[in-house]
Amino acid sequence: MSEERKKRETPLLDELESGPWPSFVKEIKKSDTPMADDLLGVLERSYEEHIGHWKHGGLVGVMGYGGGVIGRYSDVPQDFPEVAEFHTMRINQPAAWFYTSDALRKITDIWERHGSGLTNMHGSTGDIVLLGCKTEALEPTFAELTSLGFDLGGSGSDMRTPSCCIGQARCEWACYDTMGACYDFTQTYQDELHRPAFPYKYKLKFAGCPNDCVASVARSDMSFIGVWRDDIKVDAEQVKAYAASGKLDIQQDVCDRCPTRCMRWDGASLAIDNANCVKCMHCINAMPKALAPGDDRGAAILIGAKAPIVGGALLGSVLVPFIKMEPPYEEIKELLSRIWDLWAEYGKNRERVGEFIQRLGLGNFLEQIGLEPVPEMITAPRANPYVFYQDTVEEEA
Amino acid sequence: MSVGVDQVAEAMFQLVTETHGKKSLKAMDLTKAMIEKFGAAECDKELCKHAIRQLMDSGRCIYSYLGGSYITLPPDKA
Ligand code: HEM
Ligand code: HEM
Ligand code: SF4
Ligand code: SF4
Repeated sequence: MSEERKKRETPLLDELESGPWPSFVKEIKKSDTPMADDLLGVLERSYEEHIGHWKHGGLVGVMGYGGGVIGRYSDVPQDFPEVAEFHTMRINQPAAWFYTSDALRKITDIWERHGSGLTNMHGSTGDIVLLGCKTEALEPTFAELTSLGFDLGGSGSDMRTPSCCIGQARCEWACYDTMGACYDFTQTYQDELHRPAFPYKYKLKFAGCPNDCVASVARSDMSFIGVWRDDIKVDAEQVKAYAASGKLDIQQDVCDRCPTRCMRWDGASLAIDNANCVKCMHCINAMPKALAPGDDRGAAILIGAKAPIVGGALLGSVLVPFIKMEPPYEEIKELLSRIWDLWAEYGKNRERVGEFIQRLGLGNFLEQIGLEPVPEMITAPRANPYVFYQDTVEEEA
Repeated sequence: MSVGVDQVAEAMFQLVTETHGKKSLKAMDLTKAMIEKFGAAECDKELCKHAIRQLMDSGRCIYSYLGGSYITLPPDKA
C-alpha cells in the first residue's frame, strides 16, 4: 500500500535524521502508515509556521472511566485527516516494567490493528503510552487490552498510575519491596485511579533507596524512598581491597565527597559517624563491594514534587523520615487519606499538593493532617519559615 | 442513613443537568453540594463516591477534561 500512497515532503524534519543520535523522525517513518505520514506532515507544518496544531482535552474516554485517555485533536483536520483525532491511551504498566516478550507482542499487535502503531515506552507516569487513537477505536482497543489482563492508567485530576524502581527483583540496595508496594497501592486505589476526584494529578512513586532510580523526588507528589535507620554495613577487608586496587582514592573520592563529612579514613580503616549520615548513597555507590545499607530498613516519605506547569518546579520534601514498609501499609494509607481529604476539599483547581502546602504553610498543613513537625522536615536552620515553635519558648522564659 | 446511592445519584444528575453549559462541576463540587443538600448525617463522601460511580457506569454522565477533570453529560444527551 505504501507504493500507492504519496508520501508527504518533510525536508525540515528530515534534518533530524542526520545526526548520530536516535531520531524520532526515523522511527516514525519506519511504521509507514497513513497515520504516521500525516503525523509527520502536521509537525513539518508546525516547524514551518512556528505554531502547534493540536487541541487538548475534550470528552474522550472509555465508558465508566475518567482517566487513561488523553484527548488530542488536530486544528487542521482537513489537511491531515488521518490525525484529525489522535488520542493517547495510557495503559497501566506492570510493576518495574517486567514483561514477557509474548505480552509485548500481544499489546503491539492490538495497537497495530486499532491505532497508529506508535508507542512511547514508557511515559513520564510510567505507563505504556499508546499514541494516536481515533475516537471510535478507543472502546475496541480497551476491550482487547482488558481481555489480556491490562487496564488503563491514570490521567486528569486523579491518582496517576503508581510506579517503582526494580527494587528487590534485582537490586541489592532495595530497602523494601518496591514492586510489592507499587502493586498494593495500585490495587487499593483503583477508584482514585479511574475516577478523577482531586483538584489535580497525584503521583506515587516507590524507590528502593536514595539513588531513586524512578526520580521520585522530582516527579511524584508523594515519594517513598527506601532508607535504613541503623549503621552502614562495612566489610573492612573489601575496603582494604579498594584501597589496594589503586583505582579509588578513599580520602578524596569517598570521604571528601560525603556531604556531611562524617567519614574518617586513616589509611587502614574506615570509620563512619552514622548519626550524621544523611543516607545520600555516595559512599555505597563508590564502594559497592565494601559498603551496604544497614539492616533496619524502611522508607522516608516525601511530599510535594512536581514539574513546572503552573508554578515553578518543586522537589519533594520530607514528611515522614522513617517508616517500616510492610503490607498492608495501613498507617501510610491512613496518612494518605487524611492528605487527600484535606487537599480535595480545600485545594484549588489545578493546584498540586506541593503548591497547596506552600499556600497553606507547612505548619498548618501538618496540623490539619495530624503530624508533628520534626527536624528532618527542615533542610537547614531558618530555611523553613513555616514551622513555629511558639509555645515552648515562651513557657520556659 | 436513610438516603441511598440512587437518591444521591439522581440529585447529582439533576444538578449536572441544571448547570450544564453554565458551570463546570468537579467530583468534589458535587460531593460538597450533596452533603449540603442531604446533611452530613445522611450523606458522606463515601456515598457520593458510589453515586458518581453509578452515574459513570450507567453512562448517564461522563468525565470531560478541560485543564482538570469535570463531570458532565454525554454529548448526545446535552
Ligand atoms: C509545546 C508543545 C507541548 C508542550 C510544552 C507539552 C508539554 C507536556 C508536558 C510538560 C507533559 C508532562 C505532563 C506530566 O506528566 O506532568 C506532557 C505530556 C504529554 N503530552 Fe504534551 N506538550 C506539548 C505538545 C504535545 C503534543 C503536540 C502532543 C501530541 C500530539 C502531546 C502529547 C502528550 C502526551 C500524550 C503526554 C503524556 C505522556 C505520558 O503519558 O507521560 N503533547 N506534555
Ligand atoms: C522549553 C520547553 C519545554 C520544557 C521546559 C519541557 C519540560 C518538560 C518536563 C519537565 C517534563 C517531565 C514532566 C514529568 O516528568 O512530570 C516534560 C515531559 C514531556 N514533554 Fe516537555 N518540555 C518542553 C517542551 C516540549 C515540547 C515542545 C514538547 C512536544 C512537542 C514536549 C513534550 C513532552 C512530552 C510528550 C513529555 C512527556 C514525556 C514522557 O512521558 O516520556 N515538551 N517536558
Ligand atoms: S532506587 Fe536504589 S533500590 Fe531501586 S533500583 Fe535504584 S539503586 Fe536499586
Ligand atoms: S551515605 Fe552519604 S552521608 Fe552517609 S556516610 Fe555515605 S557519603 Fe556520607
